[in-house]
Amino acid sequence: MPACQSIEFCLETDVINPVKRSYRALEAWFNLSFGPAWNPLYNLGTLAFFFFWVVLVSGLYLFIFFDTSIAGAYASVEYMTHEQWYMGGVMRSLHRYASDAAVVTILLHMLREFSLDRYRSFRWFSWFTGVPALWFVITLGITGYWLVWDELALYVAILSSQLMDTLPIVAGSMTRDFLVGHLTDRFFTLMAFLHLLGQPIILVVAIWIHVKRLSHVKISAPRGLAVGSLLALLVLSIIKPAESHGPADLSSVPLVLNLDWFYLNVYPLVDQWTAGQTWMLTLGVTFLLMILPWLPPKKRGPAAQVYLEACNGCGQCADDCPFDAIDILPRTDDARWSHEAVVDPDLCASCGICVGSCPSSNPFRQRNQDLVTGIDMPNYSANGMRTQTDAALATLIDKDTGIVVFGCDNAYEVSRLESEGIAAVSVFCTGMLPATLIEYALKKGADGVFVTGCRTGDCYFRYGNVWLDQRFEGHRKPRLRGGAERRRIRIFRGAETDGKKITQALAAFQKEIAELDDIPASNEVAADDARVSQDG
Amino acid sequence: MGSKIFRLLLQAVNYSVFMALIWYFSLYPTYRHLDDNQAVLTLAFGHAAKRIAECATRSADELAELAPNMRMAIDCPRERSPLELEISLDDEPVTRLTIDAPGLYQDQGVDVYRDIITEAGRHHLSIWMNDDINIEGPTYRFDKTVNIEPMQRLVVSFDANSGGFSLQ
Repeated sequence: MPACQSIEFCLETDVINPVKRSYRALEAWFNLSFGPAWNPLYNLGTLAFFFFWVVLVSGLYLFIFFDTSIAGAYASVEYMTHEQWYMGGVMRSLHRYASDAAVVTILLHMLREFSLDRYRSFRWFSWFTGVPALWFVITLGITGYWLVWDELALYVAILSSQLMDTLPIVAGSMTRDFLVGHLTDRFFTLMAFLHLLGQPIILVVAIWIHVKRLSHVKISAPRGLAVGSLLALLVLSIIKPAESHGPADLSSVPLVLNLDWFYLNVYPLVDQWTAGQTWMLTLGVTFLLMILPWLPPKKRGPAAQVYLEACNGCGQCADDCPFDAIDILPRTDDARWSHEAVVDPDLCASCGICVGSCPSSNPFRQRNQDLVTGIDMPNYSANGMRTQTDAALATLIDKDTGIVVFGCDNAYEVSRLESEGIAAVSVFCTGMLPATLIEYALKKGADGVFVTGCRTGDCYFRYGNVWLDQRFEGHRKPRLRGGAERRRIRIFRGAETDGKKITQALAAFQKEIAELDDIPASNEVAADDARVSQDG
Repeated sequence: MGSKIFRLLLQAVNYSVFMALIWYFSLYPTYRHLDDNQAVLTLAFGHAAKRIAECATRSADELAELAPNMRMAIDCPRERSPLELEISLDDEPVTRLTIDAPGLYQDQGVDVYRDIITEAGRHHLSIWMNDDINIEGPTYRFDKTVNIEPMQRLVVSFDANSGGFSLQ
């Protein structure tokens, strides 16, 4: 790819698939509205968890007043909806709308991972196990609708029974049992048990498996986003409270139904087709979704390697690894350290974040020989990064204002930023950057260092840009040292669609640095207190 | 301050759109299950059809062909007849079914469930069923004039011990 000659040239050569472009535009809109920390698209998983909490709490309240019998269920729900509308009715509405919101967030979560190509390669496990989890959520909602025992519940019960009857594991006909009056309170209690305990336990296990290969799993939504979502749900529950259809009547069939399309979308198909055809479609779609990571497969890079001669077993790499691929185990050599890092190649995402975590990746070490660090990437080592940086610096000699750009190619392709006085060094993830490499670039002749990568809150490798920020701010080891002049460092993040913004920010930074170099040294102290971080 | 208020307003807009979508799709578009003047005739029963053959005594030659531990004097086939069923309304056939007995040896009872959507009103309901492959024609018949109300579900069940078909 040629270097970016002008913004127009960059935009003309941007070839980004329309789904990704649309998703990035929506993401930018939410960044404008909520900021990166509260952006709902960066918190879809935690939002789904939050909605489940709302469902759980409201469900527990509903259970207090719910009568688990065929004769009493409908009346008890009606009592809560109308006579105790201020609490029971609101709780019922919260229960329904939070369940719907959970499905929306899960579907958006899937769309996000798909559109940003975050479902293949090392991510196959999370995707593969996430698809059945969605079905557990759907079936949980279906049994919930069943419990109201209104016309809709009867419709759902009869068609669900038809679906179950086509399975070879069900003996006899559930549907017939309903229609000839064999439905007993005991069966109804079983459904309540399934909805209240059985299915939620299965769902919790499914979610645990889903996140099994991740570390630093977040399950709590940002407080502001949680409060906002809860308020919105409350307002909706008061303005448009959930209501039942007429009571279930085995001798009649409802003409018109208000289906909850988030959960009950499959039932009209059973009406129009047969139960068998509906199973084939749903199972077919599920199977297709599950094997999507291999259609086609995405090759991952080689796993990180540990070099024991430079590893003291400090554990920083294991703590930083976003995919739980590194263990700290007892030493296997004669070194004086008690532990060593061990990489599980099956779990390694080849992100290189561990290289940035390792204190031995300091480029000031071993200046006259190849830099050997404790943990390194076989295809792009810490030594390679230092060599690339040296080469970039060499191109800036004789330039009035020389800027080294470090960036990850999962966001905007960093080589396209190269121009007069600007040299680029590409890394797998900005989390791979040893903080000392920034200091190295500045001390070896760069007038400024510009770091770009995935949008804040949206690291392709989950935590790369978070760790980078924490290292720069001194909250995480290895920290950016005091010797690196903060005002000569700029972090500006942007996605692959933010080429124009990044280019403009870089030009502005270059101008600032040029002006800075014209200011006498005595006036510089006041400005030298903070790194400037911005987001595209 | 101004930008904070602007951001809060944008958030309110986003939450409103999200909740509007949640509310709408939790109820709409409505699904029309039946037209105003329609009703459902539901056929729902379980029945084990007759076996395809009676038990027979094996001849000495037949016994000799079997392994020593399988030489049972009486041969009772397990396989059941397929269930043939035809339902007519006002002498017009609306459903014809032939259902093989399930099971590895086709020896299980058949579960029948069919919803037949029909216009409400007065109809002559006629059901014809054969559950014995060795008999030509129906082994059970049911004829009755029924008056079906709009939205009604009229369930037709069957119990061989009680004499055959009945309405619920």
